Order: sequence, then structure tokens, then C-alpha cells
Amino acid sequence: MTRYLPPAILVVLALLPLVLKDPYLLNALITGGIFTIGAISLNLLLGYTGQLSLGHIAFFGIGAYASALTTLGFDIGIFGDFRIVHEGWHPFAGFIVAILLSGACGYVVGRLSFRVRGAYFVIVTICFAEVVRLVALNWVELTQGPLALTAIPQMKIGFPGLGEITLRTKAQNYYLMLAVAALAYVVVARLVSSRFGRAMRGLKENEQLAISVGVNATRTLTVAAAISAAIAGAAGSIYAHYFRIIDPDVFLFTYTVTMVIMVVSGGKGALAGPVIGGLIFGTLPVALRPYMAPEAQWIVYGAVLIAILFLMPRGIAPYLDDWFASRRRAPARAPVAQPQLEGQP
Amino acid sequence: MSANAAPILSVDHVGVRFGGLVAIADLHFDVREGEILSLIGPNGAGKTTAFNVVTGFLKPTQGEVRLRGTSLSGLSPNRINRLGLARTFQRTSVFPNDTVTDNVLIGLHREDRGASLLEAIFNLPRERAGEAARREKARALIDWVGLSARANERAGALSYGEQRLVGVALALATEPSMLLLDEPVSGMNASETQNFVRLIRSVRDRGVTILLVEHDMPMVMEVSDRIVALNHGKLIADGTPDEIRADPAVIEAYLGKSAAAREAEREAAHA
Ligand SMILES: Nc1ncnc2c1ncn2[C@@H]1O[C@H](COP(=O)(O)OP(=O)(O)O)[C@@H](O)[C@H]1O
Ligand SMILES: [Mg+2]
Repeated sequence: MTRYLPPAILVVLALLPLVLKDPYLLNALITGGIFTIGAISLNLLLGYTGQLSLGHIAFFGIGAYASALTTLGFDIGIFGDFRIVHEGWHPFAGFIVAILLSGACGYVVGRLSFRVRGAYFVIVTICFAEVVRLVALNWVELTQGPLALTAIPQMKIGFPGLGEITLRTKAQNYYLMLAVAALAYVVVARLVSSRFGRAMRGLKENEQLAISVGVNATRTLTVAAAISAAIAGAAGSIYAHYFRIIDPDVFLFTYTVTMVIMVVSGGKGALAGPVIGGLIFGTLPVALRPYMAPEAQWIVYGAVLIAILFLMPRGIAPYLDDWFASRRRAPARAPVAQPQLEGQP
Repeated sequence: MSANAAPILSVDHVGVRFGGLVAIADLHFDVREGEILSLIGPNGAGKTTAFNVVTGFLKPTQGEVRLRGTSLSGLSPNRINRLGLARTFQRTSVFPNDTVTDNVLIGLHREDRGASLLEAIFNLPRERAGEAARREKARALIDWVGLSARANERAGALSYGEQRLVGVALALATEPSMLLLDEPVSGMNASETQNFVRLIRSVRDRGVTILLVEHDMPMVMEVSDRIVALNHGKLIADGTPDEIRADPAVIEAYLGKSAAAREAEREAAHA
């Protein structure tokens, strides 16, 4: 039932800039939306394969840096006199590079950790995020380290017939975020309803049984990790070209926690889950700001989270689905099974 | 069943040790193409362990298993399934949170391997055609095991016996040449068991060789072409149901030594 919710939310959100002109609120929606894309990607792993990526922000940050550096260009020494010089490319090329590089990182991390299951993936992803953060902090020649990469060009998109548009205004960036979010949602929806998605769910529900019917666990999980990371990388790219400045703090653990909160509160393993969770926890800090001091804001934030998980332990979307289902009359049960052995399957 | 039919599966002097515990010792038997072979033995005899070795879930400490002459050593369970071996499990046989149809569809996930991930994401014609074909196959399989009325119910909500049928449909979805069933009728009532016997026979009639582990002795005696008996991880008898029924080692394993001795005395008295 709740899977009809996101298209409705999309329509409302698409009309919102027509009435909402406040740049502060629009900025908050863009930021919340970008992290919601991250949450949608995290849900593919956490919700559908049951694998918790606690370093998910690494893929987001890699996307942000990859997109920024592809666009800005760089000149780095490798050893001796050998240097790699890259002239800046079009920002849209940066967006594509971000997706590919983040996806490749997701693939490698999956490859390394899915041979052994359980907590191993969680640990590897946390370590990976920390290592990437340290690289961003210390490889000053490439990343400017703590000084941050600045003056990242704004995203440019070519439209057939319209020519190329540079996304300068908040409203334009808002629509870019919305378009990428919708795309990410559709990719995940298609994937989980395909046979790849069924294999993922099978592994989550009963791994031994899934393997026994031929599901290649390592490959399935690795592919899921790669796609999830690629989507997170796309979100990172939008982030970089919207804020136009990124520093190693983009890899902070708190951002991963934010995405996990969005997924878990909205309902992991439900398509609408990260969208609902993203709407609530993406806008809550901004909504509270005019009314209370920062400490109080975080207390309310925590209280809302606890209340949701206390009342709806599986998250909001599954709760709503159950509620809709219980309102429909339960179907009458058919008589006991009798094999129909005459027909040939 | 001709005695000289080619073996489809050879369990070749397999041993499994868990630390100091010998779960299976030097187990050696063949399964012939097209037969229904049962593996019997008291609890803890090593039957499930033998299944786990054959299907690749356990690496044997010695010996090897061959499928049509090809060694299965070192192959992962999903690879072994692709070679034509499917199994059900003693405890859980379904994906509880998926519908019966989705359960069977998981078993069919390798059908039409041509369609790629990208085709699935873009929902291209080949993916749609493949999906329609898979759904039709799933429907036919579910009909065939007699669960069409339950097709859209959550598998975990079905009765124990019905879940067993889902497990069989799921295993058959992978189009195996051999099916291993681990205690499939435990927990079923008499009429469900009778239905299941018919099902096993008709699976065999489709050309699928069956290896069955079961405690229900009347059922085993009725359905099996041949029986292999295990006790304490060792093979103690191999023969037709009639031979196994009369085998002193089997009687002793099941009823204890005194019973076996009494049985022998009675036989002697009648002779
Ligand atoms: N994973 C394991 N680790 C340790 N011991 C095991 C394991 N699996 C089975 N066993 C032991 O191996 C013996 C055979 O078990 P099993 O194959 O399950 O017997 P059966 O299926 O014939 O009842 C038992 O003594 C059991 O406790
Ligand atoms: Mg057993």
C-alpha cells in the first residue's frame, strides 16, 4: 500500500517551490533530500539483504570528491618526477565518474567482506570510511586536506532543444535533487521486484535455503553493495556541486547514522521507508530551529526517533502497510492441499 | 529398477569428524539413476550430515562425492545445485516472509540467464518476457504440488505439511536431476503422508532420482526401491525393503540387542 505513497509525495514536492520561496527552507529540503537519496541506497543493502553498511557515508564522500576533482582538475606527483595532471571536465562528467567510482568501491568492499558474513561487513565498512577520511585529510596535494576543496563549479545539464543550463538557483538544485531521488527510488524498486531482488530477500530470510537453490550469495550481495554505493555516490556528487565546498568532515560517522535513522524509522525493506524517514528526519532539525535552542532540538530529535521505534518497531511504512491490510477483509482459507499430480508442470 | 543402472551419485568412503566426534565413518554407497533410495538410521546416526556433505554444506574430512563421475569436492552448495542436485532441509524448508509464489520464483531465479541486471532495472522486453515465463512456471509447479489455493499466502503462515510441499516445489524449480529430502513427512498426518508418497513417486516418474531420509518406517518401506541403513555414522545394511526389514543389524540398531536376539530366537523356533 505504502508504495503508492512516494509518487504522491513526489508530486507534492515537485509543486512545493511554486509556493515555498524561502531560500532557507529550500536549502533545508535540498540537504535533507540529498541524504534521503543516501538512505534509499542504504535501504537496498540494509532492508533487502540485511547487511548493515555502517560506513555508508564513505561512498557518498567518494562520490563528492570524485565529482569535485573531475570537474576542478588536479595535478599530483606520484613518485619522482612522475605527475598525473587532469584538466577539469564538465560537471556532468563528474557526476558520472562519481557513480562509477563509488560503485566500484562498493564492489571491492563487498568482494572483500561477503565471503565471511555476519559482523564482518559492518566492520569492514566502518574501517573503509575511516581510511577514506584519513586519505582525504592527508593527501593534501589532491584534496587540499582540511583546507577543503572550494569553488567547485555548479552542476550543468544539457537538455535537448533547451541547450545547457547551469544550476545556479536553489530551485534548480532542488529539482535536480528530486529527479535523482526519483531515479534512485525507481532503480531500487525495479531491482528488488526483479529476480535479483528475490535472490537478495531469499538470502536475508534463509541463507542456507537460498544457497541450496543456486543463489550465489557472494555475487548477489556484492552486486547489491555496488549498486547501493553507486547511488550514494550520485548523492555525494549533487552535494559537492550544490554546496561547492567539501572537506574531510563529509566522511563523518554521524552522516551514516543519519541515513540509518532515516531507513530504520521509515521502515527498512519497504520502498517507502527511507522516503518517509528522510522526510521526517531531513526536515525535523530545520522545523525545530525557530522554536528552540540547539540542545533542545537534538533532544526532540532523539525523542521523536524513540517514539517512532517504540510505537512502530519495524518502522512507519510496514506499520501503515499492516494497518491497510488489516482493514481489508481477511481472505477465506481454502481447503487442505491435495496434490494435482495429473498435470505436468 | 535394474541393479546395474549407472550410479548418478557415488558417496565414496566419506568420513566427517566434528572435533573428536565421528559423525560419519567411511560411508560408501551409490545412488542409481531413477531410483528412490532411502537413508535410514536412529537419531544422530549421521543422515543429515551425509546430506550436508553431498550438497556441499560440509567438507568431508575424508573421501569424496561424485555426481555422474564428476567430483563435487570443493564446490560451493550453489554450484552443486546448478549441477543438478537439489535438497530440502530437516527444519525450515521455506522463505517464511515471502508468498508461496515468490518462494518458488526464488528457485527459478536462474531461469533465462540472458536478461541482465540492467535489463531488469530498465524493465526491458526480454526481462518482462522472462518474468512472465517464470511466473507461469511457478504457477504450474504450485498447482502440481497442490498448493494453488495458497499461492498468494505468506509461506510462514502455512501448515507444517504445506510448508514441506513449498520446499519441494522450490527445490524442483531448480530442475534437478536428483532430489534429496530430509525427513519430509515428519509432522505430517496420515493423509498428508499418503499424498506426499504420491508426490515423491510422480517426481521420480519425471526422471528425478530421489534420496530420502525418513523416520516413518512404513512410509520408507512403501516408497523405497532400496534402503541404506546407518548407525553411529557407519553403514550397517544396504538392500531392498524386504532385506532391510529382516536384517539383524538394522533390527538391533532400532530395537536394541535384546530385541534382535529375541527376534532371531523366534525365527529359529519357526524354522
Ligand atoms: N555442526 C555440527 N557440529 C558438531 N556436531 C554435529 C554437527 N552436526 C551434527 N553433529 C553431530 O553429528 C552426529 C550426526 O548428526 P546428524 O547427521 O544430524 O544425525 P541424523 O540426521 O542422522 O539424526 C550427531 O551426534 C550430531 O550431534
Ligand atoms: Mg537429521
